[in-house]
Amino acid sequence: MDGGMTVTAQALVRFQGIQKTYDGEHLVVKSLDLDIARGEFVTLLGPSGSGKTTTLMMLAGFEVPTHGEIYLDGRPIKNMPPHKRDIGMVFQNYALFPHMTVAENLAFPLSVRNMLKSDIARRVDEALEMIKLQPLRNRRPGQLSGGQQQRVALARALVFNPQLVLMDEPLGALDKRLREHMQLEIKRIHETTGITVVYVTHDQGEALTMSDRIAVFNDGIIQQIDSPDALYERPVNSFVANFIGENNALSGVVENLQQPNCTVRLDGGGTVVALAANVEGVGRRTTLSIRPERVTLAPADGGDGPNRLPAVVLETIYLGDHALAVLEVAGNSEFMVKLPPGGHAGLSHGQAVTVTFRPEDCRALDAV
Amino acid sequence: MVAAVATGDIPLKRRLRRAERARQFRALALVLPLLAFLMFTFLIPIGGMLWRSVEDPEVGQAMPRTVAALSGWDGKEVPGEPAFAALAADLRQSYQDRSIAGVAKRLNYVSNGLRTTVMGTARKIRDLPAPGTARETLVAMDPAWGERATWSALKGASGPVSDFYLLAALDLKRNMEGSIVSAPEEQSIYVDVFGRTFGIGLGVTALCLILGFPVAYLLANLPAGQSNLLMIFVLLPFWTSLLVRTCAWIVLLQGEGLINDLLRWVGLIDEPLRMIYNRVGVFVAMTHVLLPFMILPLYSVMRSISPAYMRAATSLGAPPAVAFLRIYLPQTIPGMGAGCLLVFILAIGYYITPALVGGAADQMISYFIAFYTTDTVNWGLASALGAVLLVATMLLAMVYGKLVHGQQNTGGLKN
Repeated sequence: MDGGMTVTAQALVRFQGIQKTYDGEHLVVKSLDLDIARGEFVTLLGPSGSGKTTTLMMLAGFEVPTHGEIYLDGRPIKNMPPHKRDIGMVFQNYALFPHMTVAENLAFPLSVRNMLKSDIARRVDEALEMIKLQPLRNRRPGQLSGGQQQRVALARALVFNPQLVLMDEPLGALDKRLREHMQLEIKRIHETTGITVVYVTHDQGEALTMSDRIAVFNDGIIQQIDSPDALYERPVNSFVANFIGENNALSGVVENLQQPNCTVRLDGGGTVVALAANVEGVGRRTTLSIRPERVTLAPADGGDGPNRLPAVVLETIYLGDHALAVLEVAGNSEFMVKLPPGGHAGLSHGQAVTVTFRPEDCRALDAV
Repeated sequence: MVAAVATGDIPLKRRLRRAERARQFRALALVLPLLAFLMFTFLIPIGGMLWRSVEDPEVGQAMPRTVAALSGWDGKEVPGEPAFAALAADLRQSYQDRSIAGVAKRLNYVSNGLRTTVMGTARKIRDLPAPGTARETLVAMDPAWGERATWSALKGASGPVSDFYLLAALDLKRNMEGSIVSAPEEQSIYVDVFGRTFGIGLGVTALCLILGFPVAYLLANLPAGQSNLLMIFVLLPFWTSLLVRTCAWIVLLQGEGLINDLLRWVGLIDEPLRMIYNRVGVFVAMTHVLLPFMILPLYSVMRSISPAYMRAATSLGAPPAVAFLRIYLPQTIPGMGAGCLLVFILAIGYYITPALVGGAADQMISYFIAFYTTDTVNWGLASALGAVLLVATMLLAMVYGKLVHGQQNTGGLKN
């Protein structure tokens, strides 16, 4: 407790030793300790079944932790019913009340708080102003497009000025362009209102765009919690490296460990000098992680630096703003290299080349 | 521009119709068997019933001369000699070809005793009375012929259609001046019976709603395994015949029945409670029989209500009771409407259950329809009662349609 006092004072939400099981045999959330500061935008990111939605539901009050305690603003809330928590929530399929108009939906959280009619009207107007849906106030949810419903759901979760708003994959049902637009809109609302947001998604692009911090979930455990750039640039394990962004993985055995670097003998032949981010010691297996944009192509037998690996071009893919080359490198036939536009012009199938990368761009992580 | 090019010589609308025609024919062919079935088993009998409720043929067919003679009669006083002569001729003729019984029965509906008048006179007329003496002869045979009321009854029954049965079904009749007045008190029973029918229907509907709503809610919200089991219990009554179920209630509810024995054994009562052959028995048995018709529509509507709505409501600060009343309940209105309408319409047509477990004062309109159809063979009145019931039911269905359409909020296109 004494060590946590300062954190408790700052943190709006604190998960402490949370475990959750539904069937009494299998833990969906194995061990969760997480502090969320006031005003922060934290994303829970992970594949389905990783425990991120369960975590959100425990915070909202729809699921009870099997073990541990959740603090909201310093108060334990494990046994507090959801309607007393004062947490706004945006649901996956919006959950707008179909028998009420847009304005009635927005007025609902205010009227259950017994606010004055005039105050309700003013707040509803402000909310409609914020989402720019003033003309549609008397429509029913069924008469709105997906994006409009999304905005109403967002406004409804914010209209009663909760200290915290939860979003459970709120953009999952929208098409790509609208999703990107809504990401920016949610970010704008977060910045102007200063509200604390806990956001659940399985879309890593969405998480990178919007979050202050991202908690990467897998198998009921937070693998890493960090800012978007730290997650991308400095993943602490192979799961995070693979889950966030494109990643080239090469397996090998640590031959020599000399902090901060190590030498790794690859299974497919050749040695590489890598940053020893998460290795167990000399003679232990490791998986190297190299981002496609950190790799340079050189002619066969060319290139310089400590890390040069022979490669064979398998395929090139034109993607408009850039191009990708798929290579076979040290037994990995899905090794990708990001090239500038037109960079793929001189490459052909079966061509032998050399890939080079700097030791600091190659992280030696846990073996998979 | 594009449209103009595309239409060519033939208007676009006509080409669309042509393109759609094959599909429409196929759709029509698919519904044709059902349409034919409904036509013969439903529409034609109902049409027949409606027609019988206004058809009034006996007197017109058996006594054409009298009807013709009375066509110009103002009804102010007993008609003159030509009418009597025509009547005498018609009575004699119809006695010979045996159509007189129908006339006697029809006129007896208007006033008790006219059967004797008609049959007696017809039996006595052997030969046509001499010209000019028809009146004397007939009044001598039965003084009723000298009364204005008798002739008024004849004229009112001269057909071929009349509102006699429909008015009777509503406890109304036409007086001698032809205006509609209420029937004498001792004959006025149908308005009471309709009132009782709708009262029992409403009561049963309310009981079904109160008992069925929680069951439907459970069914819609339990895990699949348990809800399937519960669903079997809901549907179980359909596996036995209506008659068996009703008789089972007689066994349970009677004075020496299971429930009374149990209550006496427990010591709650000393004397057996009277729960059968009265209104209690009717409510218990009908509610039991009709409960599934309330539960099933409610269940299907509740199944489609996502649990996310209740979660959203509580997350927005509504206590569970408020969330239920303001979010859940309004969304079940279509199911409640459909269930109530179904139960009510079935209930007001109920015959066998009230006939078996109800007392004399609990019989509903169907009992009287059956009585007039099979016992007294007064099809005109039976049809008229049926027609009134049908119209009341259709009005209700229309009101429901209006209410539900007004409630319709799934958005999208208005049709």
